[in-house]
Amino acid sequence: MQTKFSEAQLADPATKRSNEILRSCVHCGFCTATCPTYKVLGDELDSPRGRIYLIKDMLENNRKPDEKTVMHIDRCLSCLSCMTTCPSGVHYMHLVDHARAYIERNYKRRWDERALRWLLSKILPYPDRFRFALLGAKLVRSFRKFVPDARLRAMLEMVPDRIPPASRNDRPQWFLAEGQRIKRVALLTGCAQRALNTDINDATIRLLRRHGCEVVIPEGIGCCGALTHHMGKTDDSHAMAAANIRAIVAELDGKGLDAVVINTSGCGTTVKDYAHMFRNDPLAANAGRVAALAKDISEMIADIGLRDASHAEPLRVAYHAACSLQHGQQIRSAPKDLLKAAGFQVVEPRDSHICCGSAGTYNLLQPAVSAELKTRKVATLEATQPQVISAGNIGCMMQIGSATGIPVVHTVELLDWATGGPMPQPLAEKPELSV
Amino acid sequence: MPTIAMPEPDLGILARASQIIERLTAVVSAEAVISDPQETRAYECDALAAYRCPPLAVVLPRNTEEVSAAMKVCHEMGVPVIPRGAGTSLAGGALPTADSVVIGIMRLRDILEIDTANRFVRVQTGVTNLSVSAELEASGFFYAPDPSSQLACTIAGNIAMNSGGAHCLKYGVTTNNLMGLRMVMASGEVVDLGGPLLGSGGLDILGVLCGSEGQLGIVTEATLRILPKPEGARPILIGFDSAETAGECVARIIRSGLLPVAIEYMDDVCLRAVDAFANAGYPKCAAVLIVEVEGSEDEVLYQIERIRQVAEELKPVEFRTSRNADESLAIWKGRKSAFGAMGRLGDYLCLDGTVPVSKLPSTLKRIGELSKDYGLEVANVFHAGDGNMHPLILFNANAPGELERAEAFGADILRLCVDVGGCLTGEHGVGIEKRDLMTKQYSADDLAIQMEIKSVFDPDWLLNSTKVFPLEASKPYRDKAVRG
Ligand SMILES: Cc1cc2nc3c(=O)[nH]c(=O)nc-3n(C[C@H](O)[C@H](O)[C@H](O)COP(=O)(O)OP(=O)(O)OC[C@H]3O[C@@H](n4cnc5c(N)ncnc54)[C@H](O)[C@@H]3O)c2cc1C
Ligand code: SF4
Ligand code: SF4
Repeated sequence: MQTKFSEAQLADPATKRSNEILRSCVHCGFCTATCPTYKVLGDELDSPRGRIYLIKDMLENNRKPDEKTVMHIDRCLSCLSCMTTCPSGVHYMHLVDHARAYIERNYKRRWDERALRWLLSKILPYPDRFRFALLGAKLVRSFRKFVPDARLRAMLEMVPDRIPPASRNDRPQWFLAEGQRIKRVALLTGCAQRALNTDINDATIRLLRRHGCEVVIPEGIGCCGALTHHMGKTDDSHAMAAANIRAIVAELDGKGLDAVVINTSGCGTTVKDYAHMFRNDPLAANAGRVAALAKDISEMIADIGLRDASHAEPLRVAYHAACSLQHGQQIRSAPKDLLKAAGFQVVEPRDSHICCGSAGTYNLLQPAVSAELKTRKVATLEATQPQVISAGNIGCMMQIGSATGIPVVHTVELLDWATGGPMPQPLAEKPELSV
Repeated sequence: MPTIAMPEPDLGILARASQIIERLTAVVSAEAVISDPQETRAYECDALAAYRCPPLAVVLPRNTEEVSAAMKVCHEMGVPVIPRGAGTSLAGGALPTADSVVIGIMRLRDILEIDTANRFVRVQTGVTNLSVSAELEASGFFYAPDPSSQLACTIAGNIAMNSGGAHCLKYGVTTNNLMGLRMVMASGEVVDLGGPLLGSGGLDILGVLCGSEGQLGIVTEATLRILPKPEGARPILIGFDSAETAGECVARIIRSGLLPVAIEYMDDVCLRAVDAFANAGYPKCAAVLIVEVEGSEDEVLYQIERIRQVAEELKPVEFRTSRNADESLAIWKGRKSAFGAMGRLGDYLCLDGTVPVSKLPSTLKRIGELSKDYGLEVANVFHAGDGNMHPLILFNANAPGELERAEAFGADILRLCVDVGGCLTGEHGVGIEKRDLMTKQYSADDLAIQMEIKSVFDPDWLLNSTKVFPLEASKPYRDKAVRG
């Protein structure tokens, strides 16, 4: 597409990058067809092509963001389905990230919006604060009907019945490989995930050790920065990412690392993008090193090769493809292949490319669209008549789990079970599944 | 400045904008009317993005009744209407004018009826082309016309443009697969035409409507012919070291009496862009043909053999058949995303002209010469079996004057098509893009007859009136129409 940026505007690296992205869009409209919000709302403005247009106009004219533009960009899930679809290779992720940061700087949201976003950005990335908040929320949850704000209601509804105590495994330490050590890897233990579900990291550590990996939880590692990054709060997100980069590089330059393993695919997408985030920063080189080492757990195990996986029941597993895996990291077959190799019968729902509506904080900030996507996703998953649903991202697990009676587990929990670990907790609670 | 002119907006209408919006909001929900200038901008163009103009308002109805109500308001208030589907037109068919209301049908997306025994489906026209076939997948049927944009374009747009696609060589284009429709007339009246039975007697009004580019009514439902899926299908890739030889091969395959389902052509410029997206492993040479054959395994093998004999006389650099379903998928994914993928190389103008198949080699040669004269690179990717060419002229939209040069080059190519006995458009329609070239193909009388037909359906010339006919020719009709 034609663009109209002045030389002065193009001197700004972020604008320069956005110009390149906009120039590569040919306005063909293919991306509209696979955009979840366009599917639900049926308005060009809530499609990738429409958003690209809004962003173009806002940036070209250095325009103060207006309420409508912000609304349509806020409604974007950042699921990146549009990037998978786009034949022209338009990097929508970098464009929308730029737009979000621009909006955060130049737009004053209503007080309640600001308060909510501030609260989320100060709680979710910090496991102790989040755990505390969850416990508090559980206390008031029974009054949620009286809460007037749909977003706060959505938050209360998301609070799980069981809030696990902090796991000792998530603290800085290292675990020796079982048998001969073939790799030394760092594990990103995540932030919100650590408060919501400690089984996932425990299973990941067992699975990695069983596959010859020494696992390090580096000192100083924390939230990857994705949660605040998607809210346009780049100062916060860069600070968190920088802390991670330093922590990992210290380990890398110390005893060395073969990979940085991530089991929350939302984080994986962000860590793999560190090189871009820090491209104009003194940390650029180290950010690039970390990004190059980042691997989703499914990639990691597929690389090593699944070992003796004969210990689980051959359940019928509906595999839910998290957007951050299938679109953000373009990892599509590895998780399914591993589950099959582990003896499970793998089925996939219709429209598997469409987001479940979880999308980081999206389900809290955009409850209406999120709920509609959740309903659609759960219906297609249940139509495959699975015994268990597996996903590679805690956000999806919570979202889907809140609307179905079918147990939802992380893919690593099934792989851990199949290779000799315990049966995943949600399955153990359903005795009818142990055939 | 781009060279295609649009008429000045009617100031009287602009002055009444707020009343128009108010009345529209009263008949559909407020959320379904878009009039904020920040928002209407997203509707200012279709896939011919060089031409842009935000409309006065956009209406997004949910059903035929709402379309009719919105149309009635526009009719009463004398406001021009631009019907819009997914906005993938490459001819500017959905380009608004400042004094127009866009009525978008993309929220009408229900599959209403599937009848495999009588081989038809009834759908709302906002469904995408591909989702019709996806819906039929389980029952073993499909909807044949397959524009490359089928992932995104709507049945409404397909009907308006009489769209075609790779597999239309055997199955025909939209008009050959359309059985009936429900349409909102310019007055707002709702009419039904045709239906699931073949041949309804009387004048073929359906035939007039299909391809009428949104000028005769707003189509909200359609009955489509569906077909059982073939037993098997396999694409063959044939590579040549010259464009003309590839063109010659197409002509010889057709002459041999074989009827493959598809014969597609892609040249090296295009292949470069496409392989970056689809990883289909196309041969690396000047031009590649994708020939698809279908039927039982025996039939498939027999046809492949016959095609091999024809092709080998021309000494292809490569001849290979798809080895498995995944490879076939990749081959087609690449072809269908070719236009989009070309965006990787820069801006482009996508043309659409048709020539007799026997004239393909000489036309390709001449296009190559013109490309040198104009100093602009051109990529060719098209439905070769039909002689439906799509030269893509590459240019830099940010460089002053290049669009105009590309347009002049494009016009020369289209004139060339007509001169060799072909025509201006194969499947993308006339829109604004080829509007002013219509006199090259039609006499003043031919055009007058077509405009009279439009007047029968739309006496006030409200529907998409600045398209298809050269502005000068349509001026008396547009002027005569009373704007309240
Ligand atoms: C990358 C790419 C590849 C393409 N490949 C092909 C191809 O292989 N074959 C092909 O034929 N075309 C192709 N096209 C062109 C385009 O996709 C078709 O013309 C398509 O049918 C347009 O459908 P749409 O829903 O996008 O309609 P729009 O672009 O929204 O509108 C197209 C026309 O239809 C009219 N219209 C829309 N809705 C209605 C309605 N309800 N009632 C009456 N009129 C209406 C509009 O006024 C306009 O004139 C391609 C386009 C792109 C961008
Ligand atoms: S698919 Fe890509 S090129 Fe086409 S409109 Fe979307 S972003 Fe632009
Ligand atoms: S990221 Fe997802 S929601 Fe956002 S525009 Fe792309 S497809 Fe739509």
